[in-house]
Amino acid sequence: MQSNFSPADTAWVLVSTALVLLMIPGLALFYAGMTRVKNVLNVLMQSFVALSVVSVLWFSLGYSLSFDKGSTPFIGGFNYLFLNNVNQETFTLNGTSITVPHILFMSFQMMFAIITPALISGAIIDRMKFSAYVVFIALWSLFIYSPLAHLVWGEGGYFVGKALDFAGGTVVHISSGFSALALSILLGKRKLATNEDSRPHNLPMTLLGTGLLWFGWFGFNAGSALAANGLAAHALTTTHLAAATAGLVWLLIEWLTIKKPTALGFASGAVAGLVAITPGAGFVSPLSAIIIGAIVPMISYSMIKLKNKLGYDDSLDVFAVHGCGGLWGAVATGIFATKNVNSAGIDGLLTGNSSLIINQLTSAFVAAGLGLVGTTLIYYIVKTMFKSARVPDHQEQIGLDITQHGEEGLVLDK
Amino acid sequence: MVKIEAIIRPQRMDEVKATLDELGVLGMTVTEVRGSGKQKGYTQHYRGAEYTVNLIQKIKIEIVCEDSEKDSIVNAIVKSAKTGEIGDGKIFVTPVLDIVRIRTEERGINAI
Repeated sequence: MQSNFSPADTAWVLVSTALVLLMIPGLALFYAGMTRVKNVLNVLMQSFVALSVVSVLWFSLGYSLSFDKGSTPFIGGFNYLFLNNVNQETFTLNGTSITVPHILFMSFQMMFAIITPALISGAIIDRMKFSAYVVFIALWSLFIYSPLAHLVWGEGGYFVGKALDFAGGTVVHISSGFSALALSILLGKRKLATNEDSRPHNLPMTLLGTGLLWFGWFGFNAGSALAANGLAAHALTTTHLAAATAGLVWLLIEWLTIKKPTALGFASGAVAGLVAITPGAGFVSPLSAIIIGAIVPMISYSMIKLKNKLGYDDSLDVFAVHGCGGLWGAVATGIFATKNVNSAGIDGLLTGNSSLIINQLTSAFVAAGLGLVGTTLIYYIVKTMFKSARVPDHQEQIGLDITQHGEEGLVLDK
Repeated sequence: MVKIEAIIRPQRMDEVKATLDELGVLGMTVTEVRGSGKQKGYTQHYRGAEYTVNLIQKIKIEIVCEDSEKDSIVNAIVKSAKTGEIGDGKIFVTPVLDIVRIRTEERGINAI
């Protein structure tokens, strides 16, 4: 073993990898509870299938394109193809000595790569062909996620040392949120009759998913310290505080506007808080985390109200929660980041440095732009391949569980 | 012979059943139904989006009895199902032409 190998760090990142893995079923349940019973398996599978599709891609090509030092700062090279040169030894990433095995870092990052395209699925529930969806996330993972991960985190990536993204606010949430917006518009609205009952069929399922996401997010954010140290503990704390505050503020908004604090509102707020703190978890103070968590529900809630007026069908509000929440997180990191929390970070606006927020905005716009443009291109490829990316209208009415998977999620009659 | 058809609040079903048991009413058919009336709907909110529920869940009890039992049964249902708020339901009483007990093929009053 090399001298910088740390058993403690390795143990923590192993656990964190498992924690982030659990976010995928967590996300599946979070979304599936909000759909109707006739589509519950399809929505669950849109998350679960990403486990298979993205893992195989990540092993063969994705990791190399994301983290290998490429010939340009915009995309990685081919040295890690099929995990070549990714072994049990420790390694160096952008000048930082990483004290866990390279293959563990690769697996930890794989979980992020899996959950990101799965996040998009919430925007397009009830109407996309499963085949078209599978091809979409495969292409999206290779052509949007990998370049973006490289730009922000990869060896020699363009934004490394310029913009901060502790655990994926830009790479994961802005990219998936803006892609979700584009895909929901391109795919079109669900065909719902006037006042058709499209209420969530099982909110307890959504709350269970929320709990699993919250739990897993400790691995997502605190694990991104890549060490069992004070910074990991700090990131865990800021993560928790932002989620707690955001859940409460969302309830307060509902108390004031519709007079009833809803369970779905709490779940939405908590997740929005987790999204917003993700880029800054290891760079901002606990007080800043509370401010970040308090503001994100106002942004996401307003965006949902605006969506209802504009009429596009981002069914489960992926853009409002992840796109807008992630954007706020990126900006907030530019405001609140301080080297007092993390000496490897960059000072933000409040610490007297105005250049970070410019870079935060630039990286956010690149992620948003790549998501919007890339998704549009991939959508047309998929649409051409499958004649239509949507299921026929009569299949949509019957439901995707029966028409796409040939089974029913809940058999209620004996 | 008459058929008493009572549409009541689901929350009052246990009380109504207990009262009918006390009265010695043996036969009834109970179904879960949805309907609309003066109660109108109520609004739910999902992430700020309004959804109006305008077909409200109710329970329908059907009892066939002799004319002489009609008033005591109707009164018992009214007494046990009433809350005084809009949405307590309605009772319909209609004549019944004939009854057949399938097992014995008895007809009319004997088949109740």
